[in-house]
Amino acid sequence: MQKSWRRRFHLPAVIGTIPMILVAVGVFVIGIGFSVLWSFTSSKLFPTYDFVGLAQYRRLWADSRWLVSVNNIWFFGLMSITCNMVFGYLLAVFMDQRIRQEDLFRSIFLYPFAMSLIVTGLVWQWVLDPNLGLQAALRNLGWSSFSFAPLVDADTALYALVVAGIWQGSGVTMAILLAGLRGVDEEIWKAARVDGIPTWRTHMSIVAPMMKGAFATAFVLQCVGVVRVYDLVIAMTGGGPGISTSMPAVYVIQLITVRQNVGQGMAAATMMLLPVLVVLAFGGILLWRRNREASA
Amino acid sequence: MAQNGTSVSIQDLSLSFGAISVLHTLNLDVAEGEFIVLLGPSGCGKSTLLNCIAGLLDISEGRIFIKGKNVTWEEPKDRGIGMVFQSYALYPQMTVERNLSFGLRVAGLPKEEIDKRIARAAEILQIEPLLQRKPSALSGGQRQRVAIGRALVRDVDVFLFDEPLSNLDAKLRAELRVEIKLLHRKLQNTMIYVTHDQIEAMTLADRIAVMKGGVIQQLDAPQTIYNRPVNRFVAGFLGSPAMNFIDGRLEKVGSDWQFAFEDVRIPLATYAFEKEPTPGPAVFGMRPEHVAFNSGAGWPFTATANVEVVEPMGSDTLVWLKLGKQNFTVRVTSERTPNNTDTVSIGFDPMRASLFDAQTGNRL
Amino acid sequence: MTAGQITAIQPVQEAQDQAGVGPIGPKPRRISAGRIGLYAFLVVAALFFLIPVYIMIVTSLKGMPEIRLGHLFNLPSEPTFQPWADAWLHACTGRDCNGLSPGFYNSVKITLPSVVISIICASINGYALTFWPYKGANLLFGLLVFGAFVPYQVVIYPLIIGLSSVGLFASLPGIIIVHTIFGMPILTLLFRNFYAAIPVELFKAARVDGAGFWRIFLHIMLPMSVPITVVAVILQVTGIWNDFLFGIVFAGRPNWPMTVQLNNIVNTTTGVREYNVNMAATILTAAVPLIIYFVSGRWFVRGIAAGAVKG
Repeated sequence: MQKSWRRRFHLPAVIGTIPMILVAVGVFVIGIGFSVLWSFTSSKLFPTYDFVGLAQYRRLWADSRWLVSVNNIWFFGLMSITCNMVFGYLLAVFMDQRIRQEDLFRSIFLYPFAMSLIVTGLVWQWVLDPNLGLQAALRNLGWSSFSFAPLVDADTALYALVVAGIWQGSGVTMAILLAGLRGVDEEIWKAARVDGIPTWRTHMSIVAPMMKGAFATAFVLQCVGVVRVYDLVIAMTGGGPGISTSMPAVYVIQLITVRQNVGQGMAAATMMLLPVLVVLAFGGILLWRRNREASA
Repeated sequence: MAQNGTSVSIQDLSLSFGAISVLHTLNLDVAEGEFIVLLGPSGCGKSTLLNCIAGLLDISEGRIFIKGKNVTWEEPKDRGIGMVFQSYALYPQMTVERNLSFGLRVAGLPKEEIDKRIARAAEILQIEPLLQRKPSALSGGQRQRVAIGRALVRDVDVFLFDEPLSNLDAKLRAELRVEIKLLHRKLQNTMIYVTHDQIEAMTLADRIAVMKGGVIQQLDAPQTIYNRPVNRFVAGFLGSPAMNFIDGRLEKVGSDWQFAFEDVRIPLATYAFEKEPTPGPAVFGMRPEHVAFNSGAGWPFTATANVEVVEPMGSDTLVWLKLGKQNFTVRVTSERTPNNTDTVSIGFDPMRASLFDAQTGNRL
Repeated sequence: MTAGQITAIQPVQEAQDQAGVGPIGPKPRRISAGRIGLYAFLVVAALFFLIPVYIMIVTSLKGMPEIRLGHLFNLPSEPTFQPWADAWLHACTGRDCNGLSPGFYNSVKITLPSVVISIICASINGYALTFWPYKGANLLFGLLVFGAFVPYQVVIYPLIIGLSSVGLFASLPGIIIVHTIFGMPILTLLFRNFYAAIPVELFKAARVDGAGFWRIFLHIMLPMSVPITVVAVILQVTGIWNDFLFGIVFAGRPNWPMTVQLNNIVNTTTGVREYNVNMAATILTAAVPLIIYFVSGRWFVRGIAAGAVKG
């Protein structure tokens, strides 16, 4: 039986995966555990273990900057994911019409994704700069009443972020959905044509439901991107004007670096983790139920 | 069989993954030089058993002996086995020669010895011209030859085959079947061969172990399994087209037994019962090729039946009949093919039948 | 359109038809309005993606006086590469005026070892998880995949504390470790899925041949892993090169990568904004991943899709 034990914990396999063990347990379990733990303390610049209960959370939810950040992330997330999906799907469908120069179009739609979000942020900062970008250019061409300066207005700056997000990310959505479209059996289209179903109906009723996997993939990718949005905000608006484009990701980093309030920062980070946990648990339950149905 | 002693011995072997039990207290003794085929439908545990013998799966209970040595917890390489896989499992980035020599190089054999063994295997399998090619440049049949060669160079006592011909087309399968049989005759090694193909099993095996649900149902010579299946599963699994089964009753009339269904009575005077039966529900089985067709009298049992469908298959013809309300197939030679609408007479000797208990499915 | 032009187009049409692109025979081409709409949409979309970069390129080639004239879309009247040279050598971040070049070398020093180490770790992980799953290995993998979804902000501070306690915070090894950690979930997933698609019989055959954990990995699996490694390299090089957050937090001022320096040059300058220099600097920063993107082509797309497909 001792030999059986040795085979169950094959030593080289355990040794080879030591980095994985360290990362999975050390970073993603113990690290997150400490983050949550510190959110219940009065830690300032350095962690302390002076527990203050939920005080940090109360202070967090009383902080207007945090409230603005939370509102912003919902708005930004909903807007950018919806626009991205719609625009990406349209691009994918149009790309799937046996067009000429498909590779050229694909390259054009996808290249912004290869660049840093810092670059994207700066590019759009300039395009939308009233003294340099579109507004100035169109006024120069003689349209003197033209006014388009979303970044200087606290009410519209968020829309500018959404546009930049679409510019950066919709190509990927297009690529994933196009792969999904191409994965649909050719004979489905033939059958629908023989049945006389209009093309748009075939898309909506037959093909789109068959692409559940591709949609889910694109959606998950975007959600992860939205929760982590940091670089784009820093490069494009720095959170401004005022605090109008602050996001939780920006807020947390500011608290632990500039404002040196680790306890509250960790409370905010824990709040960021919460929706992710809920979604993952939900997904896990769905997966588990599907597996159980499959095996039953 | 017993003249050479035991080569592989499996004692009380059980295997379960968590709560799922895959193999139940299996016992199997394979004689030296014997060709054993493990036959069964997919999921019956035959490949699992082979993997256990190879040491690729850890067993839960029991012991495995190879050549009298307890190898239950030995590494695969130390068991004195060679294995041939269904997907060939050739290392794609190595040439044929390096595929063959990999195990020997791992074992640290001297170069001359390696070369000698490869030359011998290549000669036996006639793959000398292929030695410097990559597997991707080989046909399916050539790949499987190389895979066999990889087992051959190991110079082992026991060969394990895991459905080696399943990925080949019908023609190649038949060719390689013969080659494997010749190889066995030449080498006289012990071979354990897993397949779901009954023709491979019938043609290759000294003995067949028919498996279902992790249990060996019957272990016997091919002809015995074919003619005297121990239960209804074995009877139905072997034979194509499948054996005819008719549900009915076993009755005693005077001192003679008969099988009754609808208004048909089949006399069983010539049937050899396993033990004295009792009256009650039973299943009557008869292979399609054991039924005579339009051949007049002289049979212990004759009847007339309506032809439903006729399927000419070249060398012979399948005729689907209605015997009473029961479906019944008969295999006849092509010359005797009836018309689709004929009423025909059939006859057979119940000596060749198989009777099963309706409840347990065991042979009566 | 003249008759001559039409006949000139005709043979092309026929050649395409015979190549199986369209139907052969006399069916006239209709619904051209739909086709025009289709191309119009695609071209407008392409302009949306291209115009910002067009502006960047032309502006970076202009002198500041020309930029002040405000003709954003015009080609430079007197093209000059001075802004590019300035961006590379003289652009200022605060008081340092060494341009972007130190950031470029820092990015190289960060990216190369991070890519190599993270791919070595991930390939071993994927291999061990697929072929040698020990008890609890799948739980570890689950935790790792969970890590792929976690907001970085939750782990950053514990990592700062952990790395400073071993003296690696704000250092080159520190940032390399951080990139290895955060690359591990997605790369492990990538390699595990790749190895799971390899017939397990190959592994069994190698075990019967007597090869062990490392030998099977090095002699059998690794030579087969070239395609997935290419995908992983593309994914990691672009990902790490484009990183900003980890660089600014974990690398330390002397090791700040290009993205951080770029942001500092552009967003912290006081006085007159040198748009041409800034845009040249931006293009320079984007150059490395863009070159990889255009050279690798479809591999890049495969990398995104492969990295995105969970489980």
